[in-house]
Formats: sequence, C-alpha cells, structure tokens
Amino acid sequence: MSILIKGGRIIDPSQGIDGKGNVLIENGKIKSYPKTTKKYEGDLDVKVIDAKGKIVSPGLVDIHVHLREPGFEHKETIRTGCESAAAGGFTSIVCMPNTNPVNDNASVTEYILLKARTEGIVNVFPIGAITKGELGETLAQIGEMYEAGCVGVSDDGMPVMNSKVMRHAMEYVQAFDIPVLSHAEDKDLSGSGVMNEGEVSTQLGLTGIPCASEDVMVSRDITVAELTGSRLHICHVSTAGSVRLIRAAKKRGVKVTAEVTPHHFILTDEAVGRYDTNAKMNPPLRGKKDREAVIEGLKDGTLDAIATDHAPHSEDEKKVEFDLAPFGIVGLETALPLSLKLVEDGALTINQMISKLTNSPSDVLNLGKGTLKIGENADVVIFDPEQEITIDRESFHSKSKNSPFDGWKLKGKVNYTIVNGEIVYSG
Amino acid sequence: MSFKHKHILGLEELTAKEITLILDTAESMKEVSERDIKKVPALRGVTVCNLFYEPSTRTRSSFEIAEKRLSADVLNFTLSHSSVTKGETLLDTARNLEAMGASVIVIRHPLSGAPWLLAKELNSSIINAGDGSHEHPSQALLDLFTIRKIKGKIKGLKVVIVGDILHSRVARSNVWGLVKLGAEVRVVGPPTLIPRYIKKAKAKTFYNLEEAIKGADVVIMLRIQMERQESVYFPSLREYSRFYGLTREKLKGADRDVTVMHPGPINRGIELSSDIADDASSVILDQVSNGIAVRMAMFYLAASAGRNQ
Amino acid sequence: MAKKVLMDSETIDRTIVRITSEILEKNKGAKELVVVGVRTRGVHIAERIVKRINKLEKIKPPMGTLDITLYRDDLRRKTEWPKVERTEIPFSVEDKEVILVDDVIYTGRTTRAALEEIMDFGRPSSIQLVTMVDRGHRELPIQPDYVGIVVNTLSSEKVRVHLKETDGKDEVIVKKG
Repeated sequence: MSILIKGGRIIDPSQGIDGKGNVLIENGKIKSYPKTTKKYEGDLDVKVIDAKGKIVSPGLVDIHVHLREPGFEHKETIRTGCESAAAGGFTSIVCMPNTNPVNDNASVTEYILLKARTEGIVNVFPIGAITKGELGETLAQIGEMYEAGCVGVSDDGMPVMNSKVMRHAMEYVQAFDIPVLSHAEDKDLSGSGVMNEGEVSTQLGLTGIPCASEDVMVSRDITVAELTGSRLHICHVSTAGSVRLIRAAKKRGVKVTAEVTPHHFILTDEAVGRYDTNAKMNPPLRGKKDREAVIEGLKDGTLDAIATDHAPHSEDEKKVEFDLAPFGIVGLETALPLSLKLVEDGALTINQMISKLTNSPSDVLNLGKGTLKIGENADVVIFDPEQEITIDRESFHSKSKNSPFDGWKLKGKVNYTIVNGEIVYSG
Repeated sequence: MSFKHKHILGLEELTAKEITLILDTAESMKEVSERDIKKVPALRGVTVCNLFYEPSTRTRSSFEIAEKRLSADVLNFTLSHSSVTKGETLLDTARNLEAMGASVIVIRHPLSGAPWLLAKELNSSIINAGDGSHEHPSQALLDLFTIRKIKGKIKGLKVVIVGDILHSRVARSNVWGLVKLGAEVRVVGPPTLIPRYIKKAKAKTFYNLEEAIKGADVVIMLRIQMERQESVYFPSLREYSRFYGLTREKLKGADRDVTVMHPGPINRGIELSSDIADDASSVILDQVSNGIAVRMAMFYLAASAGRNQ
Repeated sequence: MAKKVLMDSETIDRTIVRITSEILEKNKGAKELVVVGVRTRGVHIAERIVKRINKLEKIKPPMGTLDITLYRDDLRRKTEWPKVERTEIPFSVEDKEVILVDDVIYTGRTTRAALEEIMDFGRPSSIQLVTMVDRGHRELPIQPDYVGIVVNTLSSEKVRVHLKETDGKDEVIVKKG
C-alpha cells in the first residue's frame, strides 16, 4: 500500500526543505515528491492523506526515554512506551539502560530489541550501561552491547562519580565510535536533595540540589572528553552554568553535544507549588535565569536536541510524601506542543524547532533517522501547529500519567504518525 | 468572624488578620484552662486523631490536652520514624483513621509537605504539628502568643532567631508569623546552617551573634541537633557553643528587658549558659500552658471553617 | 422595615429598679448573691443591677461575664461560628445564689448553655434568671424568674434590646422580619 501526503507544508531540516508539496511513500520508503497528485487520487492502492494547513516533517526522534521494560512493567512496557511515542509524533526513540536487570550486557539488549520488533510500533534504539549494574565501578560489556544494537552508553540516573572510570569508558567507546551519554550530577553535592536549591526549596523546607552539582560534573566530563578526544553527550541540561560550559567547550572544538527537556525550557521550580510530585524530576526544575539560558542555548546551537527524559511512574508511587516520590515525568505526548510554544514565543523558528526534534538528535547518536530523503525509510509525522488542544492525562497512551502539564491548553495536534510507511497513529 | 482555613498547615498561608484572630481566640481559651473543671463541650462528638511519626511527647500531649478540653474524642496513633519508608503508605494509614471516624487529623511527620498530601487527598481537617524542615505552626503561634503577652505587642519588635535555621521548621514558621505581624526579624547561625535563599521571607541574615543581638527585644534559641556535627555543618559542639551559645556576656548588647525563649528541651551549656537557661525556663513554662490555649484556638477555628465549606 | 418600640429609656430604668427589688426581696438581701451577665448585652444589664443593689444594700455583689459560645448546641450546624470571647468568673459560685442576666429569652437554648457553663465553675445553691424581654417560643423547659416585659412575637420578627453602652441609647424594639 502506498501513501500520498497531499498539500502539506513539508519541513525537513536535514535537506533544508520548507515548502508546500506532496510526499509519496511506497514500500515503506520515501518514494518521491510528486508535483501533481491527480494520477494517484483514484488509485485504490494509494491512501491519500490531505495535509492541507498541516506540517509534514520527518518523524520525531527522542534520544532520552525510559521504557521501564524489563523489570518495571507496572510503569511502562516497550509496547505502551512505543504507543505513547507514536501518539506524540515520535517515530524513533532511544531507551535508557536503568531497567531491572540493567541493560549492561548483550542479552538484555537483545531482549529489548526483540520485544521492540514484536510489540513496538516505532523504532527503538537501546543505550547500554557504562558500568556493570550502573554501579560506577567496572565497565559493562560495551563492545558486545554495541554489536547487539546499542547506539551509545550511559549510566543515566546514576552518574559515574569516579573520574578514572569515566576516563576509561570514554576511551573504550572510541573503538566503536559511539558516544558516552552523561547524566551529569555530583551525587555528593546533591546529597538528599529533591528539588532545585533556591527560594522555593527554602520556603518548602525541602533539601535542595544546587545548580553547581550539575555544573561541576559537566565541567569534569568535558575535561575528560578533552583528555580522551571522545564523543560526549550531556543529557538533560538544566542550568545556565552547563550551557556556558558546553558553549565554551564547543568553541574549543571538544566533541560535545547536549540535549534539553521540554520541562526545563517551559517550567521553573515554582511549578513545585505545594509539593506537587509531578514537578519532581532529576535534574530538577531550575530558576528563571536557568530556563532563559537553556532557551538561549537551543537558539545558538549550544544545545543540539530536545529530548523528553520520558520517565513513567505509577500513580501510587507519586502519591506520597515529596521526598519519597520517584524523580521523573512522562514527556512523549506533550513534547511537540510544548516545543511549539518556543516557536510561538519567538525563541526558535519552526525549522529550528523541528531540527532539534529530528535530524539533530539523530546525528548525536548516528541513528540515520529524522529525514525525508528519497529512498530512506518513511518515518513521517503530520501535525497541525495551530490546532488548540488540552492536555488530558487520562487520554495518554503511556501506562503512566505523571505529568505536570495536565489541563494545559496548548497548540499542536499530531494527526498522523507513520513508521516505515505504516500509519501507527492517527488522531 | 471569618476564618477560611479548614486545614492549618503553616503560617505562610495565613494573613496577619487570621494570625491575630487565632491569638485573640487563644486568650479566651486560656481562661478555660484556669477553671476547676477545665473542659468545654464545643467539639463534643468530634474525633481527633493525633498521627505522629516522630516521638514528640511534649507536642503530642499539648495537642491531646487541647482536644480533651474541647471535649473531642482523641485517638493517638504513634508510628516509628522507620514506618515512613516501610510498610503502609501515609495516605493508606490516614484513610484508615478517617474510616474510624476521625474528622480532624493532627500530623507530625519527618518529611516536609506530608500534611499537604493529606489535605489534598482526604476529607478531614488537617492540622500540621510539624513537618520536616518546613513549618511548625502551633509552636510559632504559641511563641507569638507568649511574646505578645510579655511585650504587649509584636509590631516593631526586634526578634533574633539563633541556630540551625536551615533545618528548623520552628524558625520558618516564626519568621512568617513575626514578619506578618510587623516585627523585624534577624536570623543568625553558622553560614552552613543559614539557607542561602532566605530573602523572600524578609529576614536579615547574620553570622555573628553579638552583632545580631544588638538592641534585640526577643531572642529565640533553636535546639541544635547533635547529629549535625557529624554531617560537616560545623566542627564540634564545643566550637558551635563558643560562637553561637548564648551567655550573659553576649546578651549585653540586647535591650535591657530582652526575653530569651527556647522551644525546649534545652541542651544546657550548649545553646544557653546555665544562668540564662534558668531565666528562659520560666518563659518555657508559660509557653507550655499557652501552647494548650493556642492549640484549642486552632481546633475551634479550623472546625468552624470546616463547617463553612 | 417596620419597627415598634416596646420599652423606652425610662421604662428600662424603672424595670431595672423593679427587678432589683424583686431579687432582693426573694433572696432576703444581697449577702449570698453573685451576678453573672451573658455576653454581650446581658453583661451591661447585670452591671446596672449590681449598681442598684449597691445603692440599696451598700453591698457590691461579685460580678462575672459569661461567653457561652463554647457551650452552644448549634455549633455543629451553624455555618458561621461566632468569635470566642472571654468568660470571666473570678470568684467561687459554690453555694451562692447566682443571678444570671440575659437581654432576651427566646428558645431557651442560650440559657441552657449558660446554666451548663456556670455548673462547670461549681455548685451554686440556686441559679435565678433575669431577662429584659420574654418573647416566647420556648424549645426547652426553661422559665425566667424576673422578666422586664413579656411580648407575643412571631418567629419571623426580631426583638432587639439596645443599650447605651453598646448601641448609644436604651430601647427595646421589635422588627418585622
């Protein structure tokens, strides 16, 4: 079956395309950009999608997702995580290794990929652990995981505190040309912190996590990357200090990339309000100046990608004392409308924004995704950037509903998500 | 009379007018405690549960007496500190108590914000008896009540709070209350125990005790937690006491009629030199009886607001 | 709103004189008397009675004030709870003749609360009730011992005792509801 996407505004930053046109998909691949559509319209073998007034872009790529399987299937499974991704317009997602067991060897990687092939409806790329059990002590089976399909390594959620271990990890991955993804946090400085250290934490009597705890680690990781010459990717940048450090490092020629989450460019620590555990994540929501700095970082290219850090947790786990609630929020189904807010506010052009969610994150991990080039697998999203929507947690496809954006009125509705030429979501 | 808070969770959310109403009502309640038969029927038929996750016999007893003087039925539920993370969740425990008929829950909890969770999820009226490092409204209200009784006013007074401000719920509630009622508040302690972002509450920060104490009308000494010295906040109790312990000598710069207060129990020779501890003790005893009156007022007003909703 | 004056200032004065005499006559003097006024207006009427007793008997009986808020039986139903004022009975009521003074008796519920509160202070030998107005509609078996004026009213009407101390002038009025 072929699909003809008719009359939409095609935006593909990977090719520098922005203009009205048609996209023909055949045999799961991007076939052509036909000038006229007449000859397809009566054809029963061609499904015609009218994309008038809509944007047609490469399917979105999220390089920071927690799928929770294996081990935490009550929060999310590979199946529900993929469904959530499709509903959010994502066609490729990268899943973090902090499952149970940890993805620190090829058998777990293979399990994830097998599950993804049989139950997943979007492309899934696993990240392997840097160290065994994410304990920060000895290297995980990085080479074997690479062979099994891992596209990078990270001890996400558990920073590698030992600088020597980090150095050897960065050296070792050069054999496979994959990057080390760093959850940059000095665990000692963070202590028992549960939110940003600032006026709000002081008022609420909650232990703060200072910005310095991120900055110190970003600085160390950049220094070690400089020493080893390897590729470093900084996850979920949240502070003005990190942005400054990464900007300077890029200028010096260090091979560093970075991502930021929608919640960090939309919210500040004020969102914690009266102990709202759906505003508890790590890194925590920061102050106004940090928020401005990460937006500036997206604008000037210091931050390469928007990634959700989709972190599902069950209702019961979040309905507890703030200190006891787990860190993290779901993000796949809110990322696009929240990113469009940056366009509405004039911080990014629509092209820049789409780039940060397609080709740019794909390049960070060499996924070869995020493009509508002829001949490539047809991963496409069609969305209406103007349609108003109300975020409703009950309608999430994700198993978990932990979002601080419930009830928000935003613009941007996903109409179709197409993966390898198959419509996996329409709404 | 309008008191809109079915839950009393902290002084931050109360207006100066509402705080004053609680203090005025406490004046009337104090008379009940002076009678031979110290009991009035106002809360007859109301079941109040004291849900304590920290062993605080003093605070719990004070609440319990206040409840009984208003004729409420009292249910005490004391859990160990460790049950916060093990076993039944806070919400499940509280829902159980509600099922037993409790319509007012007094909660003391080692984690900040725990009372807010109950207020959000339950129907009962929630009274915060101290949550983590956040607020301890009944303690601050009785401090305000005591200061007002001794000084005749709060507005314009210079009040110094000394010690571990960072971890102190008593300090947070007192700062809110004192600032709202027009006092000039200063906080002093080692820089490791003074929060870096205290501006919003409008208290002045000092690291030198003598400087902070200049012209003070009231000095509130906080209790120092012995375990803090092990977590690199200060080198030793001896050193802490040398710089931040209150002595006659250091008190010289204060107002001649300065009142020294302490939420008790005092670590003699550490927070206060023994002679000052003796002076402060008489105020502490006043505070104990004032505490009952203030808590009776809190129950009466919260119950009245509960009716309104 | 229609308003009718039931007692003017002079009538109120005369009534106090009469009631005081009745109290003294019944109790054979003022030796064992204590006077307790129910907040707010009962207190001012009580003060006048004490003054009059003092003039006639050269004895000033101890006087107290009662705030019955914490004893009300309607707290669980009322939507707007009244502010709690201080009760002050700085003397023993044990074996005394307590003269309880209120401005108006209506359902009798205020008096019930007042009786309960006085009992919490001790065991008087008797409690006698003074009211300036008895407007009927009793819901409890309680009757005043000394009454200024008895009036037939509708439940919808409002009876108000105004006093110089609180309202600027002395008068008793009835208003249509």
